[in-house]
Amino acid sequence: MIPTVTVGLGSCGIAAGAKKTFEKIRAFREAENLDFKLSKTSCVGMCYREPLVEITDDTGTYLYGEVDADRAVEVIEKHINQHEPIRDYIVYTDLFDAPENDFLKSQVKIVLRNCGYMDPESIDDYEKRNGYLAIKKIIEEKTRPEEVIDTILKSGLRGRGGGGFPTGMKWKFAHNNQSAEKYVICNADEGDPGAFMDRSVLEGDPHSVLEGMIIAAYAIGATGGVIYCRAEYPLAIKRLNMAIRQAHEKGYLGNHLFGLEGFNFDIYIKEGAGAFVCGEETALIASIEGERGMPRKRPPFPAVSGLWKKPTNINNVETLANIPWIIMNGAEAYAKYGTEKSKGTKVFALAGKVRHSGLVEVPMGMTIREVIFKLGGGIKNDKKFKAVQMGGPSGGCIPEFLADTTIDYDSVNATGAIMGSGGMVVMDETTCMVDVAKFFLDFTRKESCGKCTFCRMGTKRMLEILDRITHGQGQEGDIEKLEELAYQIKDNSLCGLGQTAPNPVLTTIRYFRDEYEAHIKHKKCPAKVCRPLLTYQVDPEKCTGCMVCLKNCPVHAITGERKQPHVIHQDICTKCGVCYSKCKFDAILLS
Amino acid sequence: MRVARIQSVEKSIEKDGLDLSLLDPLILKYSGKKGNLIPLLQGAQELYGYIPGEVFEKISKDAAIPLSDLFGVATFYAQFRLHPVGKFIIKVCHGTACHVQNALEISESLEEALKIKDGETTADRFFTLESVACLGCCSLAPVMMIGDQTYGKLTGNEAVKIVKNIRLEHSKG
Repeated sequence: MIPTVTVGLGSCGIAAGAKKTFEKIRAFREAENLDFKLSKTSCVGMCYREPLVEITDDTGTYLYGEVDADRAVEVIEKHINQHEPIRDYIVYTDLFDAPENDFLKSQVKIVLRNCGYMDPESIDDYEKRNGYLAIKKIIEEKTRPEEVIDTILKSGLRGRGGGGFPTGMKWKFAHNNQSAEKYVICNADEGDPGAFMDRSVLEGDPHSVLEGMIIAAYAIGATGGVIYCRAEYPLAIKRLNMAIRQAHEKGYLGNHLFGLEGFNFDIYIKEGAGAFVCGEETALIASIEGERGMPRKRPPFPAVSGLWKKPTNINNVETLANIPWIIMNGAEAYAKYGTEKSKGTKVFALAGKVRHSGLVEVPMGMTIREVIFKLGGGIKNDKKFKAVQMGGPSGGCIPEFLADTTIDYDSVNATGAIMGSGGMVVMDETTCMVDVAKFFLDFTRKESCGKCTFCRMGTKRMLEILDRITHGQGQEGDIEKLEELAYQIKDNSLCGLGQTAPNPVLTTIRYFRDEYEAHIKHKKCPAKVCRPLLTYQVDPEKCTGCMVCLKNCPVHAITGERKQPHVIHQDICTKCGVCYSKCKFDAILLS
Repeated sequence: MRVARIQSVEKSIEKDGLDLSLLDPLILKYSGKKGNLIPLLQGAQELYGYIPGEVFEKISKDAAIPLSDLFGVATFYAQFRLHPVGKFIIKVCHGTACHVQNALEISESLEEALKIKDGETTADRFFTLESVACLGCCSLAPVMMIGDQTYGKLTGNEAVKIVKNIRLEHSKG
């Protein structure tokens, strides 16, 4: 057989240099006239080992990690030409123990079933992997829409965008509303900073999302489909456009789909224009209609009156990618995974101070600790695990002592965080929790659409208090004020953005109250993050007297002779941190 | 609603050089279609790099959309710019993963090196510095994006070096 060399070309792979690797391999193949097939795929989730190159030959499949352009030549030369796999660079294989075997083997891939295993730009590749068989099965077996909805209900699938509303119920509502015109919308406005699973699915397996939408359209009787994708994901948009074109050519989109008279459905892409609030259903609809993306009061729910006032069903990318699998394998097979109330799997984007950052898909019911330590490989630089942030700006920080919490909607909610879209940002002892709370509030304050007072003004007032605390001007009673504002905003805001905006503050107060108190009472930042609370000093042992800090200090607070230890004058120092970042000898001490 | 972003539209510096006829095919394509407002603005920004005041006026007149609607939408979304930008837009990611891994240092080093603040453009119109919410490359944090090239695992000094190299490369040729 001719060996196949596959390069992972997702956004993160490309950022790590995979395009150069791909070009280098292609040039090398031509220069040396080598005989192998070169193809591309998307992200397999092992972002920390990018760029990834997979070689399949007669003996098996080998995944090479950290293959930059130089290493690429070495790998091809040895493996293809001399038939000698380079064991040191192999990160995953079935044939022997490789460092990342556990990473992939402890996952259950349903949503990510095709990501990294096929060329996302080829509809044939998707069909080879049972693509479009689910919808064909429905049509061939003349399954009624009600039965399709029933299957989804039985599978226990809940909305993966964060809300966790049963998907089957949503479909049922939209199905039951009679109208000649109905819509299916795919919510791909992944705005939560720290989450990138939707991007990965769209880049790696766009057809599964299209198929999910087609099945949804069949079940509820929709005629039009819209994918609302954020403009920051150019590669995802490019591949979706390609996928839609290919589906048209095959007759999977358009009129009389799959030979069924009257089954007409088409999809177009609407590029978002950069507003976090547009992830909220009603704001998203307003944005598609060309207005300011402001939420409106519900009811009426979109299932009754949505896009252009017609019944509309909105599902998240990950939810839709589950659908074809459930139809093919049955509701029971899906419900086999997970806990009593949270079925199936969930994709998480592991990031922050964790060794293996990337995408993982695990069955619901796994503990947070297992995800971070078993799949994530623990904390970077052997630091101490402090907390994990789940749910982004709507979620909260779960402390180390609750790390054995199982991952399901209800258990995560009980901690004060939310499942959210699946961002997991790991924090270690060098992360200041007050600063994290301030970071998220700054985000929600900027992204608040301004329609309702509690969200617009409340987040601003809370941010002011946090700002003052991190600047060493915290006052007695600030924590209580924050809490009071938080509950007011939660109770009185119109949409999900406002109702959840205080969560990061509330959870950090709940679990890290002592850190708030250290800032307020003792004017100290235990994690040494909040600069105005730090003191900068020169370590005379390490200082070489290079005068770099002296020259860069904007307020001339540093004095000293060449080759003599310098001194920072505390009365002049504005704590800007320039000396700390400029010093090449780690001679500036923080305390 | 990004309050800080709402600024008056400055009279375009290159007013004489502005070719408004470029808009005609765009307006023809979307005129009268429902939900056309955002695609119109996106298209206009693609043509000019930002949305000059004259462009607002022309779209409003030719596509029969009230100026207030256009301006309301343009100031709501982060994507739309009302001021000309540099040749290269440096997007420094301030997502959660980048934030906890010191994205602030990247922004500050660049501000210092380019002598501009966040959101501003250098005098020679070469660089515009922008902080963005999340580029989705969290595993490479901290990250910045220039054009369609992403740079990961940065330090302040590295970021400055990359920017300096770009300037050097492009001022030569």
